[in-house]
Formats: sequence, structure tokens, C-alpha cells
Amino acid sequence: MQVTAKNSADMRLGSLEELEKLRSELLAAEDPDQTKIIVCHGTGCVANDSPSVTKALKAALAAAGEDIKVMPGIKTTGCHGFCSRGPLVIIKPSNIFYQQVKPGDVEEIVQKTILTGETVDRLLYVHPQTGETLKTTEEIPFYSGQERVVLSNIGQIDPTDIEDAFKAGAYAGMAKALTNMEPGQVIEEVTKSGLRGRGGAGFPTGLKWSLAAKHQGGQKYVLCNADEGDPGAFMDRSVMEGDPHAVVEGMIIGGYAIGADTGYVYVRAEYPLAIKHLVKALDDARAHGLLGENILGSGFNFDIRINRGAGAFVCGEETALMRSVEGKVGEPVPRPPYPSDKGLFGKPSVLNNVETWANVSRILDKGADWFASLGTEKSKGTKVFALVGKVNNVGLVEVPMGISLRNIVMEIGGGVPGSDHFKAVQTGGPSGGCLPWEDADLPVDFDSLIAAGSMMGSGGMIVMDERDCMVDVAKYFLGFLEEESCGKCFPCRLGVPRLRETLNRFSKGQGTLEDIDDLYSLAEAIKAGSLCALGGTAPNAVLSTLRYFRGEYEAHILEHRCPAGVCKDLITYSIDPEVCTGCRACSRACPQGAITGEKKKPHTIEESLCIRCGMCMESCKFGAIQVI
Amino acid sequence: MLSLTIDGKKVEAEAGWSLLDTARQHGIDIPTLCYHEAVEPFGACRLCVVELKQGNNSRLVASCVYPAEEGLEVFTSSEKVNSVRRWILEMLLSECPASREIREMAGQYGVNTTRFEVKDPEEQCILCGLCVRACAQVVGANAISTVGRGAQKEIGSPYLVPGEDCVACGTCVTVCPTGAMGARFERVRGVPSVIMARPGK
Amino acid sequence: MAQQAIDIDIDEIIERYPGRPEFLIFLLQDIQAAFNYVSSEALTLVCDHTGVPESQAYSVATFYNSFSLEPKGENLIQVCLGTACHLKGSGLIAENLMRNLGLDQPGTTDDLKYTVETVNCLGACALAPVAVVNGDYQPKVSSPKLMKTAQKLGTE
Repeated sequence: MQVTAKNSADMRLGSLEELEKLRSELLAAEDPDQTKIIVCHGTGCVANDSPSVTKALKAALAAAGEDIKVMPGIKTTGCHGFCSRGPLVIIKPSNIFYQQVKPGDVEEIVQKTILTGETVDRLLYVHPQTGETLKTTEEIPFYSGQERVVLSNIGQIDPTDIEDAFKAGAYAGMAKALTNMEPGQVIEEVTKSGLRGRGGAGFPTGLKWSLAAKHQGGQKYVLCNADEGDPGAFMDRSVMEGDPHAVVEGMIIGGYAIGADTGYVYVRAEYPLAIKHLVKALDDARAHGLLGENILGSGFNFDIRINRGAGAFVCGEETALMRSVEGKVGEPVPRPPYPSDKGLFGKPSVLNNVETWANVSRILDKGADWFASLGTEKSKGTKVFALVGKVNNVGLVEVPMGISLRNIVMEIGGGVPGSDHFKAVQTGGPSGGCLPWEDADLPVDFDSLIAAGSMMGSGGMIVMDERDCMVDVAKYFLGFLEEESCGKCFPCRLGVPRLRETLNRFSKGQGTLEDIDDLYSLAEAIKAGSLCALGGTAPNAVLSTLRYFRGEYEAHILEHRCPAGVCKDLITYSIDPEVCTGCRACSRACPQGAITGEKKKPHTIEESLCIRCGMCMESCKFGAIQVI
Repeated sequence: MLSLTIDGKKVEAEAGWSLLDTARQHGIDIPTLCYHEAVEPFGACRLCVVELKQGNNSRLVASCVYPAEEGLEVFTSSEKVNSVRRWILEMLLSECPASREIREMAGQYGVNTTRFEVKDPEEQCILCGLCVRACAQVVGANAISTVGRGAQKEIGSPYLVPGEDCVACGTCVTVCPTGAMGARFERVRGVPSVIMARPGK
Repeated sequence: MAQQAIDIDIDEIIERYPGRPEFLIFLLQDIQAAFNYVSSEALTLVCDHTGVPESQAYSVATFYNSFSLEPKGENLIQVCLGTACHLKGSGLIAENLMRNLGLDQPGTTDDLKYTVETVNCLGACALAPVAVVNGDYQPKVSSPKLMKTAQKLGTE
């Protein structure tokens, strides 16, 4: 229920008290008897057509009309995290959790759950191990194992409705900071919380702020790195889509703390929904006097602009990002000078990523001590991970720092399809590394991951099984970085393609063990010699896979064999005559005409014609195509 | 004055000097490719890396951009430093094999052959960007820039055709450390009629 | 006449931002969105407006993936090559699609019907492998499915 005042001056909040008054009024206006139907409109659920579910719900409710005592409210929210089960529909307040809901299921939900309070059992989640049918969000291990701090409002609030965000406590931390604290106290609070940057390197946030704050007066900037470029990571996208106010609030607090009057959000152009919700959040915040001049009567002026990325991964690097905001080529520049001294437009600047800013809002609201009580000694708080790849519960999870990989993947993630273990978990994006099953009990925090040869990165966690080839994975990441290298410094521009070429040879069964020694030496030179972190961490994918999966490299080089059955030049496709029904789907799909056989009799593949495109395998409904 | 040690030798530096300035001031040689006094340092070729030691920690920094600081312990030709230089030079040998300067420099580091595939035997350009920076910062013409990115990056004028912004002053050719710019000057320089019309030419 | 219409639109776009270098990328993005590519005439107009030398604007336009200096095809098919999609075979899907359309690398077909791009993670990993066809997400695509979709678009 959005207040639609024409004159924005009507909505301006002049003080902390006015914000709190509005909040209590909004909460008091809620009907405690009203059922709320929540439909997930995160990118994942939308792609699975959740808007049609919403539309059908509205129609079904209208049709049921008079039979319903209190008309339920429908709320569309950001991502609930359980993307592999979408579209998701949750009935509040009882938290009944319906998954994979189709428009055709809606009538039954209205008739049963809304009218008579019964559940539609076939839409409930079934525990994959115990076979138990679970009714509510709280019972599902995917959710019960989590600790949601940054994600606490996502899936609860309508991200396009600032009043709904107010009800959930939005801007309370900011109001407290601006009204009751000096900038120095705000920095102290963030320092005390132990918050470290969620974008990758884990630099202490309070320290970063204090370096910029020590420059007295003058123009300064705060920036939000929303250029979430790591493949397999979508934490920041979900935060911006589902709770953009948390980011806006964090940035206002940061601006106040360091003395900046302008903030920039640099967001990937690939995230249109996130941009839309951010723009709306900024407009609404301005209309309520939470951005602009004299925010909440504090005398502090601050506003935020949005820059869309233009398709360059390297712009996730802070100095490159700042050059890009200036309208230039996104090439990193050497540090020192550090951005806290000379950043955007040559002025002292603080850059934090989306999740860090969202954490700042929570810390100022709930206190540094509360935050520091979560996590481990050196890694405080929680971390959001995008759990993807060969894992049953693909989605977004938030856990306290320091819990084990095993817990995240096997418990919350529901394990690996068709296996009782993972082969590797890749963390840290292209800069990170692959950790083996032997490291399953590794506590996931900044320092443990680095010691194990990987890194936290922004929070991508890609689960791999026995059918994933580690040489191929390393080659994939190097290919990615080769494409994304800005080309400025020589070790990265020249070295990364050479590492990739060497792996290319391995994947063809060529190369020698000496090449592995050279690989180590070149990798070290690239790490030590590169200008920025993109080059400096580029060899990690090779180094970590060599460290834990050297045998697999040797199988390629010495035995000309790809144990996982991935590397094209080392595999052959064949048809299992026992399984083949002779349906001809594969021979029609084969672009080479390499598959022949009589109708309704087992077919065969002529190997000399086969280009290993996998079309036959994709077209076979019986699983008759094998890869050896 | 700041005091620091380079290769075990106590040296002094003025505030604002880079480590490269300081070393050269004291007769200590550090190789460079993308550095030139006439333009802002760039920190790209990484040949000028030196090792900084602080207790048990050590790291490499580009001496052309890293400021001299009180008490620094700098090593200009440690094994770590030389390994980086050797690899860069070996890769340059395959990338721009036609450059005599690169071959000579590589030879000084004992790198006489390359294990990598030579893609273009005629290539001399190392993409240090000196020509671009000189054109912008010294001449003010901004006629050339880097085009593309990463491994595909090259030096050129807009649309890789001769442009009107070039004043044919030849500064880019002069600063080019490998002679590559001399070979491609025709491709960026302005139309002959413009050059001919310039007084004194 | 078509040229004239384009001129009018471009002026409108250019007036959206103040004439300062920091708005170069904004302008290129809006032009790319409106015309599907950045023509050399448009680039010159942007330089005049922002005061950025043409060589630098050209450098920016060729550095960032989202700018195209040549017209793109009527239909844009993006195949995600993020890690999750890669593990689920998106590399082969992209190759198969390109072979099917007669492309040997990402780009535009000669008849300007299709542009195939590979993108590094759309952040929709739960739907892997994902493609985006003219802005619509296609969850869990396969080579045959994507080829069929492409064919359908071509006959429309």
C-alpha cells in the first residue's frame, strides 16, 4: 500500500522521530488477520514465469471474491534463494512453502489453503533424503541451516515499496547514525564490528573508511561495487533486486562517516531488474527526504547516482571501476596512491561492494557487538554464497563465517546429485581455486580459504562432481581471464594466454611433465609481477587444481586420457546397443551425418566423422549415448 | 631527505621520487620499457619491478610508480625479480620477435630463445603505450590510442585509418622503444594534403 | 529520410547528459540501446558534446564488450558461459548454435538476421544452461531447443 502523495514535500521525513512515527503507523495499519501470499519475483523465478503465477492468483482471488472473509494481500518480492525450486509461493503468516508453482496450481491454492486452511501437499517440498513432506520454510534444511542477516528482508518485503521496507526496519540504522552519532563514532562502530569487505580481499571496512576520513574537508566520494562479474555469483544481484534500500542506507551511512556528499553505484548492465529496483529505491528515498539535502534534519547532504557497467570484468577492480565511472577505459592504475587518498576524480574515495554496504546498515541498526558475535575471531558476521553447479539445492544461502564446506554443500545444499560427495568446490570466482573433498571440513572464512589456495571472493561456490574435469575447469577460468584482461600490464596480457595454451595442449593429451614445472614458474611470475589483482590471482585456478588434482593432469599428459570424460580430443562417443531403440533422434540431430543404422535397430557412430558436439547425447531420450 | 637501502646500499631520496628515480640517481640500473621521463609513469611493462622486503614479507612493486619511503629495503635484481623479467622477455620474444631491442635485452637476462609460439615474425610493437601517452601528454594531439583490450589490444587511430588529429610530428616514433611505431606511422598520420599545407614543411 | 530520423533521435540522446567526459559511457550506452550499434557519425557527435578526443572515445568503444561499432542482427541470442553453465555444457551449445547459423565465432550472420554473443554469467545459475533470446531468459536450454528457437525467429 503505497502512499501516493502528488507533492513529494508531503512525504519528507524531517527527523529520526518522524521516521519512527511513520514506521509505527504503517505497522499499526496492518491487519493481523490478513493472509499474505508472497510470490518470488527474483530473476530466477521470473525466468520460470512467476509473473504468470501472480496474475493467475489475482484472478483466482477475485473470482473467489465473496467466499473470502479477509481478502489476502499479494506481495511480490525479491529472490528467496531457493532458485532451483522456483517459482516459489509462500503463504504468510503460517509460512507454508509451495514450490515449482504453475499458473494451473493457483486455483487449488486459493480453494484449499486460502479458503479452508489446508495445504496442497503436491506443491510442498519433499526432503530428498528422508522423503518427508515439509510444510513450512522453517522445516526445510535449505533455510533452517542459514543465518540471514544481509538477506533478512529479501523475500519478505516488496522491494519496490519503500513503506514495506520501513515496516521491516529500513533506514533505522542510518537515522541513528545521522542523529545520535558523530562521523568518527560511526567509523568506530564499523571497526568494532570487525566487518571485512565482502567483495573479495576481505580488507577491514572500518580501517578503509578511516583512511579516507582523515582527509579533512573537501570533495570525497563513496562508491558501491555492484559489478558482480564472477561467473557463478549472483549474491549482489539478489540483494539489489530484493532489498535495494539496504544498499542505499549503507552508502548514506558511509558517506556521513567519511564526509562524502555523493555516492556512485556501479552496477552490471546484465542486471536490468536490479537497476530498475535501485532507481525506484533512490527515487522513493529522495521523496522521503532520506537522500538529498539536510537528511532527517541532520544537516548532512548526500545523494547517489547509478553508473551502468559496459561489459568489462576488470571494472570490478577498484581503480578500474573508478576510471570507468570517469568515462574512461577501465584499466587499473598502480597503487599507491590508494583510492582513500586519490580515488574517483582524484579525490579521496571509499569503495565497498553491495553486500558490505548492506551489512553496514545492519551493524548500525543492531550494534557492533551483535555483529561481532557472529562468525569467527577474524572473520565476523555472515557471508552470502551463490551455491551452484552439481548440487541439489542451487540457490543463494547466507551462513555464519566459519561453518564448514561440508555443511554448506551437503546439508544446506542438499548434497550432490547421484553422489555422496563432491569432487571439488570452486570458490572465489576466476581469482579463486578448487578445493577437494578432503577439505570438506575446512571452515569457510577469509583466512582458511587463502591458506588452502583459494579465496572467499565475492561468494560464488561452484560444486563439481566426478564428471567435471579439473584441467578443463582451469582452462575455462584462464580463457575467461584472457578475454577479460585489460591488456595493460605485460605479465597478465602475455602470461595468461600462455598458461591457457599450455592447458590447451594438456587437454589434447599433449605436453610433458616439464611443462608442469614451467607452468608453476610462469604462474609465480604472473602472480608476483602483475599490476592488479586480476593478473595477480589469475594463476590460482591452475595452481589449486595442480595442488589437489595433479593425478588428473598426469592422466591427460601421460595416458592421453580425460578421466572425467570432458576434454573433446580425448573422448569418443558411442551408442549402447542394449539401450538404443533405433528411434533415429540422434541421427537426425547429428550435424555430420556420422550416425547410421536401420530404423528400430541399434545405431552406430562413425568415429572419423564425429566432431564431439554432443548433439546426439542431448537428443537421446533413452540415455543410450556414452562417452568414454 | 628519506633514507632507504637499495641492494644493501644506503641511499637517500627526495620526497616525491619514485624508487626508479632514486636508483638511477645513485647509478643503480633498473631495466624499463614503458617508462620515459617526458610522460607520466604507467607501471605497465613490469620490467622495472623490484622486491621490497619488510621482515619476513616480500613483494614486488613497479619501481617507476612506487614512491621512495623512509626505511625501505629494496632489491633490484633478486631471483624473484629476475624470474619475472625473464618470463616477460621470453614472452616478448614470441610476441614481437622482430624487435632488436627486445632480443638484446632478453640476451642480457640469458633468454635467447622462446618456448612460445611466434604468431607474427614481423611484429615489433610491445604495447607499452608510450606513443599514446606522448601524443596525448607531450603533443596534445590525441591522435592515437589503444584499441580493443587484452590479447587483442593494438595501437591505432580511430577506425585504424589515418586520422585528421595527427600533426605528423613524429614524437610517437621517437619515444617508441622498439621502432614499431616507425613501421606503422603511415597508418596513423594525417592526410598528406594537411601535412603539406603546414608551414615550414 | 531514414538518415534524418536518426539524426533527430541522436540529438535527443545527446542532450540527455551534460557535456562532460564522465558522460561518455552513458551516451554510448544510450546510443547502442537505441540504434543497436554506435556509428562513426554518432561517435563524432558524442565527442563534440563531451569534449573527449575521438581517439579516446574509440578506445573506450572498443574496450567495453557492450558496444558494437557495426550494426547487429535483428535477433540477439546470448549464450551464458558462466561457470555453472559451462559445467552444464553451454560451451558446446554455443558452438552448435554458431555452426548451425554458419558462424565460426560469436558475431552477426551475413544476412543480419542473427547476432550470437557469449556472455560471462548472467547470474541466473539455477537455470543453467541459460540463453537469452531477444531479452527473454531461456532456462535449461539444449542445443536442439536453442536451434529450434533461432529457426522460428528467422521465419517470423
